[in-house]
Amino acid sequence: MNMTDAQALLLAKALVLMGQGIGAGLALIAGIGPGIGEGYAVGKAIETIGRQPEAKSSATTTMFIGCAVAESTGIYGLLVGIILLFVNPFLKHLEG
Amino acid sequence: METAQAVSALSAAAAGFFDTELHVDVLGPRKMITVMNGSEELFSISETVVTGWLLIILLFILIKWLTSDLKVVPTSKKQVLAEWFVTFFNNLVKENMGAKMMHLAPYIATIFTFALTGSLISIFGFRSMTVDINCTGTWAALTFILITFYKIKSNGFGGYLKGFTEPVAVITPINILSEVATPVAMALRMFGNISSGMIISSIVYAFLTVLSNVVYNALALNFSALNYFHIFQVGIPAVLSIYFDFFSGVIQSYVFIMLTMAYVGDAAGKED
Repeated sequence: MNMTDAQALLLAKALVLMGQGIGAGLALIAGIGPGIGEGYAVGKAIETIGRQPEAKSSATTTMFIGCAVAESTGIYGLLVGIILLFVNPFLKHLEG
Repeated sequence: METAQAVSALSAAAAGFFDTELHVDVLGPRKMITVMNGSEELFSISETVVTGWLLIILLFILIKWLTSDLKVVPTSKKQVLAEWFVTFFNNLVKENMGAKMMHLAPYIATIFTFALTGSLISIFGFRSMTVDINCTGTWAALTFILITFYKIKSNGFGGYLKGFTEPVAVITPINILSEVATPVAMALRMFGNISSGMIISSIVYAFLTVLSNVVYNALALNFSALNYFHIFQVGIPAVLSIYFDFFSGVIQSYVFIMLTMAYVGDAAGKED
C-alpha cells in the first residue's frame, strides 16, 4: 500500500495523539498515592480528635496542611496529564 | 407519524450535543493589552497582570477605608474587623516563627490576602491569578529569597555554603536539589490545585452548555438569544464552585503561608 505524504503525516499525528491519551491516563495513576496517604492522615486526625476532643481545631488545621502537602505528588501527575491533553507538546515536532 | 417526529427531535438533540466543543483555557492567560511597534509585537500584558493590579487597587482602597478614623477604644465595626485581622496574623506568625520574626507578619498577611483574593476572583468571572505559573512562581521565588537571606543572616555566607555539605559532603548535590525543589514544589502545588479546579469548572460549564442545547433542540426553541443564555448554567456551577474554587483557594493560600513560615522560621533558627 502506498501512502501519500499527507496520509503519512495524518497517521503520525494519530499515533502521537493516541500516545498522549494513554500517557495522560497513566500519569493520573499518581492520584492513588495521595488518596491513600490523605485517607490515612484524616483517619489519624479523627482518632486524635476522638481521644482529645479539646485538640480539635489544631488537629484539623494540621491535617489540612498535611493533606495539601501530601497532595502535591498527585498534582504533579495531574499537571503532566493536563499538559499532555491540552498543550500537545509532541505534535509540535511533527509540524516543524 | 409520531415516530418520525420523535426521530427528528432526537436527531436535533444529538446535533446540539455534537455542536458544542470543549473550550478549556489551560495554555495560559489571554493577552489583554498588546503594545505594537508597527507590525511587530513589542510586549503584551496578560490577564493576570491586569487582574492583579485591579486587586491591588481594590485592596488598597479597602484597607485605607478599614484603617481610617482609628480610635484607642474601637467604636466601629470596621475597626474591630481590622484589629481582628492584624491580631490573627500576629498570633499566627508568633506561634509559627517566634516573637523575633514578628517583622514578617505584614508580609505573610499580604501574601495570604493577595493569594486568597487572586484565587477567589474567579467567582466574579475573571480568570484566577493563581492559574498562571508566573504568578505562583513569583511568590515562591520571594519565599526562596527570604529563606536564603535568613540562612545567610543566621549562619554567615560561609556557614550557608557549608550547610549544603551536612551531614556528609557526598550528598551535596541532593541538598542543592532539595533547596531548589522547595520553591518549585510550592509554586506547582498552588498552580496545580487551582488550575485543576478551573479545568473541572470549565468542563462542567461546557457540559451544561451541551445539556441546555440538547433541551433547546428537543423543545424546538430557536431564538438567537439562546446561543448566549444556557438555562442549566444558572445556579448549578455555584454549588461545585464551593469546593473547587472556594475550598481549595482558601486551603492553598493558607498552606502557602504556613509553608513559607515553616521554611523561613527554620532558616532563621527558631530558638527562643
